[in-house]
Amino acid sequence: MPGSVGAAAESAISVQDVVVSYDGRLVLDGINLEIARGETMVLLGGSGSGKSTLLRQIIGLERPQSGRVLVSGVDLAKSKPRDLKKLRRSIGVAFQDAALFNSMSVEDNIALPLRELTCLAESTIRLMAWMKLAVVGLADFGKLSPQSLSGGMRKRAAVARALALDPEILVFDEPSAGLDPIVAAELDELILALKRAFNMTVVVVTHELASAFRIADRMAMLYKGSLIAVGTKEEIRNSSQPRIRQFLDRVPDQIVDTAAVDKYFERYLEGSSM
Amino acid sequence: MKRTGVERLGSATLGHVEYIGGLATQLWNDLHSLGRTLPLLGNRNRWRSAVKQMLAVGVDAVPMVGIMAVCTGFILAMQGASELRRFGAMQFVIDLVTIGFTRELGPLLTAIAVSGRSGSAFSAEIGSMVVTEEIDALRTMAIDPVEFLLAPKYLAALVVLPCLTIISNACGILAGGLFMRISVNMAFSMYFQYAMQSMVMRDVVTGLIKSLAFATIIVHVGCLEGFRVRGGPDAVGRSATAAVVKSTFLVILADVVFTAFFYMTGGH
Repeated sequence: MPGSVGAAAESAISVQDVVVSYDGRLVLDGINLEIARGETMVLLGGSGSGKSTLLRQIIGLERPQSGRVLVSGVDLAKSKPRDLKKLRRSIGVAFQDAALFNSMSVEDNIALPLRELTCLAESTIRLMAWMKLAVVGLADFGKLSPQSLSGGMRKRAAVARALALDPEILVFDEPSAGLDPIVAAELDELILALKRAFNMTVVVVTHELASAFRIADRMAMLYKGSLIAVGTKEEIRNSSQPRIRQFLDRVPDQIVDTAAVDKYFERYLEGSSM
Repeated sequence: MKRTGVERLGSATLGHVEYIGGLATQLWNDLHSLGRTLPLLGNRNRWRSAVKQMLAVGVDAVPMVGIMAVCTGFILAMQGASELRRFGAMQFVIDLVTIGFTRELGPLLTAIAVSGRSGSAFSAEIGSMVVTEEIDALRTMAIDPVEFLLAPKYLAALVVLPCLTIISNACGILAGGLFMRISVNMAFSMYFQYAMQSMVMRDVVTGLIKSLAFATIIVHVGCLEGFRVRGGPDAVGRSATAAVVKSTFLVILADVVFTAFFYMTGGH
């Protein structure tokens, strides 16, 4: 059960009663979510639903106003800097726009966490960086600068960097945003392959339904800062809850008033013909 | 709802206090990680990046600082001479230039040049890293952005600003010599002899102390503006402008405080 010590110890990530507000606007309203070890959890939701904010809480970039986030049973907000450092090493994050350091080559980007956080020899670091690049299929591109890679390649490089320290938890922020369907599908397959190979806990934030149903074990649906459903993909797919149906069936919130638009154009054309 | 004058005054004051607080916190964090930037004792990568910054902030700025100092030295000598000539006191031009540069103009001109060149570059670099989530990426990799980005810049500025100030002093005094050679045909050797006589160790040292304070201001204002970027690329541009404006303003403010302090403790 959420909040109980037993559940928290078993889960890789445990979000308990998390409340976040910016300037008095409630962004996350008492979120409870357990993510088990080795499962792929997809956080679904529209723009402004708070899913990115929840992600920032999970990776410890922000602290909740109330409630707590436990990663491997440890409270992020209360841990000492040294423990936080250790905890962060166990989470690999692939950001939405890759967030590669443009001043470094791709290889140096992947080598950076190894250089900073381990005492390995330079030759070992280079080999490991190359291996991580090979995992994502970029072995020949290490010497290039991030700007000269395509969008899909940049995202894969970001995955390689997230994998650099062999994390237990891998987090993706909008992996398929801005990619064409083929490249997006490739990235989905990569996520599935990584999960099979390393048995990691994977958290994915997305609004792409096809991608979500392809990779998820379980899904959590956010709407206006609250979790409205958590369940397996079958449960979500067969749900009859109106908000979920609206999202899955792609129904717009407010139908555009076509009559008003037509009227506007009519008047515009009349005006221009005079 | 329209706010009253008092409310606006209050919130503006709070804003400034918060900004100074932010600067102080950042400086405190930076001082903690400065040790890890030192050569031999600290992290090799930080020292390497500090050397890179020294080249960018210091070596690349030498021509600009030099030319600015020569021009200002010349201006100071000409303006001084036009008055002093009437009293037949041309030799005081030498004192004017030497003391003016070692005490004041050397450090100030250098600080303004560096704040324009590098203060804006710091904020643009860090600001664009904020926009592209690179700072977040650093934090999730358990790398402290202040230690990784700010500390090498600060160390570089602390080393480089005094050096640039000395170059600026030298160039300014050289320009004074050139002026005296042209206007009253004074030999360079004689000029330098007079200049050395009017140069006091205390003036040079207080100038260098000022330059250290200016380095602190320029680096920390530049980086704070960068870290505070919110939004898109347009915010990066605004932060670069704010970095130059605020650091120049604070440099002059600090200059007044330091000069007043040295004046009072001067023992006249």
